[in-house]
Parts: sequence; structure tokens; C-alpha cells
Amino acid sequence: MAASRDDIKFLSNPNIGQQRKKYCRFRKFGIKYIDYKDSDFLLQFVNDQGKVLPRRITGNSLKYQRRVATAVKRARHLALLPYLTDLLK
Amino acid sequence: MRNYEVTFIVDPVLSGDEIKATAQKYVDQLQESGASIVHVDEMGLRQLAYEINKRHSGYYYCVEFQSDATAYLTSLELNMRRDERLLRFLTIALDKYGVKYNADKREGLIGKTKKKSKATADLNTGAAAPVAAAPKPKIVKAQPPQPDNLKRIEGIGPKIAEVLKAANVDSFVKLAAMTPDQIKDLLNAAGDRFSFQDPTTWPAQSEMAAQGEWDKLKKWQDELKGGKVVTAASKDEEE
Repeated sequence: MAASRDDIKFLSNPNIGQQRKKYCRFRKFGIKYIDYKDSDFLLQFVNDQGKVLPRRITGNSLKYQRRVATAVKRARHLALLPYLTDLLK
Repeated sequence: MRNYEVTFIVDPVLSGDEIKATAQKYVDQLQESGASIVHVDEMGLRQLAYEINKRHSGYYYCVEFQSDATAYLTSLELNMRRDERLLRFLTIALDKYGVKYNADKREGLIGKTKKKSKATADLNTGAAAPVAAAPKPKIVKAQPPQPDNLKRIEGIGPKIAEVLKAANVDSFVKLAAMTPDQIKDLLNAAGDRFSFQDPTTWPAQSEMAAQGEWDKLKKWQDELKGGKVVTAASKDEEE
């Protein structure tokens, strides 16, 4: 062996190109209830026009994506979130 | 016993007393209908996300109540709809997770962990504070003395490191103190596969490692091949 194992390093990380594993944050952290009154939390699931983000972007499971969507719609009814804007974020 | 939550927005142009009176009217109406009020949350004046009835802000109230019979809910909502002082209202039924969430929120258990650790003891319940406090002392505690990584010596791989560790040679200092013959005996005792290893240079290497002269060690290891000192003769042959 010309060099000890500790010294062998790749010039580029062999893991490069692998995406971060997407997961549903509600399942992972055991969050069961999504409060419609918490507009700051719901902003995470809404794009800058105020539209609900699709599941493939947020990584939510179907069950929680539906709950998020109903929470956003309730918040919109109570004027805690807008129906449509620009430059929300 | 089902839990419900009604959130409504009162017109902000009214005077403070009138706003409170309006909210109180509905709370009383609920109580008269036989509901037990769990909590009245005065969320206060907030900016509306869009204008309602030409107003840009509103006074929010959220009332959580518990009841069995629900016939009065329709009449309650009807009264809210007819009342000119309410801008919006929303009644929902809470499932058990919602009830728990609201209860936790009132206790202050919901929120970013940063706040919990910084907040004073009177705000936190017993559950929240120790959770936040526990990680900190762990880090401060001194790391337990770890055995040296003998694999950094050229010629020592994982298997041989295990053998040495079993023989209680787990630090560079100890290895440096041994002579090559001693090490060879150790290896032979451990098994035949180790007998071809030449530990001549190991004590010298580990002495450098023990003193922390990693640069020197690395330079030497580049010259060594498999931990063996290349003799002058073979070096000539290669060149």
C-alpha cells in the first residue's frame, strides 16, 4: 500500500448527483394536526402567488397534503392568507 | 362530547367596548345553548390578507367549546350571518388531534425549541425544559479517552488493530514501547495469517504518531511500502 486508507480521498464526492431524500415532515415528526390559524406555518406550503404548492415539491404524503390544503383554504376564508397576490414572500 | 371551534372577525371600526360586547354576546349565546366554553382566544387586531367590506383589518376571536347537542349551531351561525358587526366566521369540528393541539398550545408546548430553551422556567412546563437542557450538558461533558486509531500506522489494518487492542495495546505510546519481536510474537499468537507482516517499522511509526508528528509520519509512510523499509538494492532496481 502506497498510502494508508485514511489518505485515499476521491477528487470528487462519489455521492454527488444523489438528491436529498424527500420525506413528509408530518409523518417524520409525528405532527397530527395542522392549525389553519397559524398563517406563518402555512406560508411554507404556499408559493409566492399564494397558491398551494404541489405535493411533489413539498414532499408531503397524500393524507397530510390534503389537510394542508384544507387548512390553507380555511385560512383564506378567514383572510389570514390571500386568495391571490403577487410578492407574497 | 364533541369539541368545536368558531373563529370570527369583528368589524374594527367599532369602539373597543362594542367589539368586546359583540364577542361576549356570542359566548353567552353558546353558553345558554348548553355548550361548555373551553377557551376564548382573543387574537386581537390583525391585518386582513384582502379587504372585506372595504376594511383592511379586523378583530379576531376564536372560541373553543364542547357540547353534545348541535342543533343550536345552525341558529348561532344564522345570527352571526345577520349581524352587521361580524365580517366573517368559521365553525369547525375538532378531531382529537386538534383538541390536543389546542391544549398544548395553551400550555406553551408548541413552538420552536429555541424559544423553549431560552424561556424562563415559569413559562415552560416540566416536560419542555429538561428536553432542551439535556443536550447542552452532554456536549460540555469531556469526551471519554478514546483509544488511538492504530490503523494510521502503515502496515496495520483493521484486523491487526483488533489483535493489538485485544492484547491491550491500544495507544501509540504503548506500541512505540514494544520491540518488533514482541509485536511479531503477538501476531503469531493471534494467527498464522498475520505472520508475514513485518512490524519492524511499527514502533518507530507509532512513536512519531504518539508525539503528534503526523507530517513526518506521512512523509515516511510515502517512502515505506506496506510498512517495510525499502532496501537500497531494490530501490535501484526500480529506478
